[in-house]
Amino acid sequence: MNAPFGAFEHPVVVAGGQVLTERGLERLDLVVHQGIVVELGASVDHPAGATVLDASGALVGPSFVDLHTHLREPGREQAETIETGTRAAALGGYGAVVAMPNTEPTMDTAAVVHMVLERGRNAPCEVAAAGAITVGRLGAQLAPMAELAALGVELFTDDGTGVQDGGVARRAMDYCRGLGVTYAEHCEDLAIAHGGCVHEGAWSALLGLPGQPAAAEEAMVARDLLLAATTGARLHLLHLSTAGSVELVRQAKARGVAVTAEVAPHHLSLTDASLKGYDPCFKVNPPLRPAEHLEALLDGLNDGTIDAVATDHAPHTPELKDLPFDQAPPGMLGLETAASITYEQLVAGRGATIERFFEVMATQPAKIARLDGTGARPFGHSVHGQRVAVGTTANLVVFDPEVRWTLEVDQLASKATNSPFSGARLVGKVRHCLLRGEPVVTDARSTR
Amino acid sequence: MSLGPMPQHLVSIGDLSAEGIVEVLEVAESFAEVERRAMKKVPTLKGKVVATVFFEESTRTRLSFETAAKRLSADVLSLSVASSSVKKGESLRDTVQTIEAMGIDLLIMRHGSSGAPLQASRWTEHAQVVNAGDGWHEHPSQGLLDCFTVRQAWAEQRSMAAAGTGATLFEGKQVLIVGDLAHSRVARSEVLAYTALGAEVTLAAPRTLLPANLDHWPVQVAEDFEEALGRADVVSVLRLQAERGSGECVPNLREFTSTFGLTEERMDRLKPGALVTHPGPMVRGVEISSRVADDPRCLVTTQVHNGVAVRMAILYLLLAGPRLEAAAIGQFAGAAA
Ligand SMILES: [Zn+2]
Repeated sequence: MNAPFGAFEHPVVVAGGQVLTERGLERLDLVVHQGIVVELGASVDHPAGATVLDASGALVGPSFVDLHTHLREPGREQAETIETGTRAAALGGYGAVVAMPNTEPTMDTAAVVHMVLERGRNAPCEVAAAGAITVGRLGAQLAPMAELAALGVELFTDDGTGVQDGGVARRAMDYCRGLGVTYAEHCEDLAIAHGGCVHEGAWSALLGLPGQPAAAEEAMVARDLLLAATTGARLHLLHLSTAGSVELVRQAKARGVAVTAEVAPHHLSLTDASLKGYDPCFKVNPPLRPAEHLEALLDGLNDGTIDAVATDHAPHTPELKDLPFDQAPPGMLGLETAASITYEQLVAGRGATIERFFEVMATQPAKIARLDGTGARPFGHSVHGQRVAVGTTANLVVFDPEVRWTLEVDQLASKATNSPFSGARLVGKVRHCLLRGEPVVTDARSTR
Repeated sequence: MSLGPMPQHLVSIGDLSAEGIVEVLEVAESFAEVERRAMKKVPTLKGKVVATVFFEESTRTRLSFETAAKRLSADVLSLSVASSSVKKGESLRDTVQTIEAMGIDLLIMRHGSSGAPLQASRWTEHAQVVNAGDGWHEHPSQGLLDCFTVRQAWAEQRSMAAAGTGATLFEGKQVLIVGDLAHSRVARSEVLAYTALGAEVTLAAPRTLLPANLDHWPVQVAEDFEEALGRADVVSVLRLQAERGSGECVPNLREFTSTFGLTEERMDRLKPGALVTHPGPMVRGVEISSRVADDPRCLVTTQVHNGVAVRMAILYLLLAGPRLEAAAIGQFAGAAA
């Protein structure tokens, strides 16, 4: 077995944790060397000079993979950079993130994608790239997807907006199918949404804010599921937020449509009642919805209808969040809180297994992004999402599900502070994170 | 006069209790009395600085507030943000904090975005905030002056003084609000104010001009507008907010007028003594016919007139409540030392 590209040379021991292996959770220690798990046992010999990381009381599993990260570079480096965003990701337990293409310029050319991948090469969290479906994300002319695919791009999306023209969407899916890549959609029919900046419901009516109905999302989910069945393309639905979307995906999966779906932690934990104070930190697209949607999303995530949790980490500078609600841009930070929120809602709240937690945070997103070793890896991305075994790449997270902490936004690694959980008491936190065997986070602190 | 506890800011009618609303109406009655004198000015707010900050122009509301402040002897700063250097995109927080740094005590704010005055109230250190209309959300002083105006008219119908009647005249009254409810800040303030005072509120509009969800509104929706007119004690007619996109919500103005306009024929359906209000500016021939607008039952000019007394009451209650008394005591103590 070969050491992965950029592997950490020094040995590391992770001791005292509950380790997720093929057999389930086991109390094991492990030794990592040259980026590989080399030993696994109830007690292991500590190699000379090894760094020993305490995992007692914590879970040890594959580090997380985020399918939906807005790193903002290039173009909006005041809000986030690849450097700050990947540090935040590592602190959140992520071993890899997929950078969304709505940068300035858009990631619709090989040059821009190349630049992002190059800059992410030595980051504390691996950076994969999603490419735009259409030039400038304008929804008209197909982007040169084959050129981007040659750089290892596996996911294509115009995220920030959906492809409005059904004819363009159909052609893009056909093209994606030919390339063997995945078409990913931000589902929002703009005509139905009609400028709504919050969920259309009791709260939009009380607050006098323009709302968009759940149907704005569901109409495009339904269209894309039909087009995926028509074209045979692999479809990934980004940040689903409504009960109706969950039901549509459930039915499509039962019919055998090649669809996967993700949900964001904020849609699993916050409702539109949070909008009461008109704080733009709660403005997000798709918008926060009433509790019945939140329940349906948790059900869908638990029963496998929804495959993955994805942050939709969307940093914005404080200036932009000091605007009136309807003028402020949508988006929330997510990387440093996703694991806590997901664990609390899904495992503690919903009784899902710890295995399911790692499935939705690591294994499934790695598969969808083809960071599970099946994709082409011209930029040397390592293998993610695997349960721990001797010989696997040491992309590992040590997550303490018990620790209680308060989120102070000025202590986040992200450049921006627009977290909806500012000041919130959270349970569960990433203690250590190893990337290709290197402890990039120890005791909840970045080592870089 | 005893002063009930007043909120720090007046952003929504919901910031006031029912007693608080009555307090505003009663205090406004005494200021209306002042207005009838030759010397209309009282020294109540001498030394206080009030700023009108309008991010969206509205000459009548601004003038009404500024007249109210001047009659109370407050210093008035008039900042027309809509036409100044502040462009869409500049941080609202910066603007608000800059204005507060000019040493103002109370900020009267009009903004095209719902919630902007509430946000502003979180960003001021000491200055109090009064919402003079925000987006589709609320226009509390308008809601209060509408209640004040109809209470006065009802008292007059009974040849009694409105002062001292509290909320009694509102008990069981039927208020019918008609027109563009979805995009109306006046509608939300009226619904809250009238229902708090004990009246029952019914809404009438094409479905496209009603908020999509009325689950938490203490109102009924009229199934039959003509029938609802026959039951109404007050008809509040709202303007079609064409500039807020309501034009596309109806096929054309003629159809809107023929289905929900207050025409002369519909005026004939009103029961004796029923009143009509309109927050202005009216679009004659669309939501209200010209003859109806000039009908003595239509109180629109009285509303404009009463606006000053009601806004005096709001400024007085917010600025001269217990907070001011504490400050005054401090001043005297300082003078003694
Ligand atoms: Zn999106």
